[in-house]
Amino acid sequence: MSWTWFHRLASPPYIYGLAARLTPWFGWAAALLILCGLYGGLVLAPPDYQQGNDFRILYVHAPSAWMSLMVYTTMAVAAAVGLIWRMKVAHAAAASCAAIGASFTFAALVTGSLWGARMWGTWWEWDPRLTSELILLFLYLGYMGLRGAIEDTQRADRASGLLAVVGVVNVPIIHYSVVWWNSLHQTPSVMRLGKPAMPPAMLLPLLIMLAGFTLLFAALLLVRLRGEILNRERTASWIREAVQA
Amino acid sequence: MRQFLEMGGYAAYVWPAYAVTLAIVGLNIIWARSLLAQARAAARRRLSAQSVSGEGA
Repeated sequence: MSWTWFHRLASPPYIYGLAARLTPWFGWAAALLILCGLYGGLVLAPPDYQQGNDFRILYVHAPSAWMSLMVYTTMAVAAAVGLIWRMKVAHAAAASCAAIGASFTFAALVTGSLWGARMWGTWWEWDPRLTSELILLFLYLGYMGLRGAIEDTQRADRASGLLAVVGVVNVPIIHYSVVWWNSLHQTPSVMRLGKPAMPPAMLLPLLIMLAGFTLLFAALLLVRLRGEILNRERTASWIREAVQA
Repeated sequence: MRQFLEMGGYAAYVWPAYAVTLAIVGLNIIWARSLLAQARAAARRRLSAQSVSGEGA
């Protein structure tokens, strides 16, 4: 097996160029999917027989929550690759994830609160799912704070990378919290064994939104990664060409 | 249309949830683009500073 692809992925100019070429594809595909998902979720999906139209919060809550976990997992994997193979680009990718993940974790908490206010009669409860998701927000903020506090980029990469890798233990805790403990929060409807617990007219807009948000993350990550690479490769000769366009 | 906006009486919960999420999507797009623009501008400044000092030497 050839490892050239791995070495190319470690090369900042290659990644910078690849990111620039891929961003519009991911970005426009994300925009298209999110617009279709919004129309499907707000207009086409039938009202829930128990929750009426309030269940439509699902179409922004679940994608935000999915982002909070997927972005964290991506960040932890990138940080681990950076730590194990001392790959600068991987550290740059991990650093690019944090603010995106933190903002969508916040969105998941706020939309969940708006949903819970009506369905559970409370804005907040120290419930396993809610508490572990709040800890995820603090992990993101801690990661960003740690990076901000260390001036030297390499030391910041190592310290924050370690925090990201250790913190990944929270991801399965969040996912299974509703199964392991008694929670107000419902158990998984889509990511479970067997058939999803939703009719297709409700499920399809959700799947489209999840795909749209995932592609949006890819586009955001690629744009941020390019900025992060430029800031790190201060003296590299290829930068002149890259910023002239 | 009015019926749609009222969301069967849940308007006060459904619309703020959509507004918050879409605002965060929009802010993320603006944020990422401005960080890249800043990094490019900083790289350009460094390069022009380098070429000026290079000519002086």
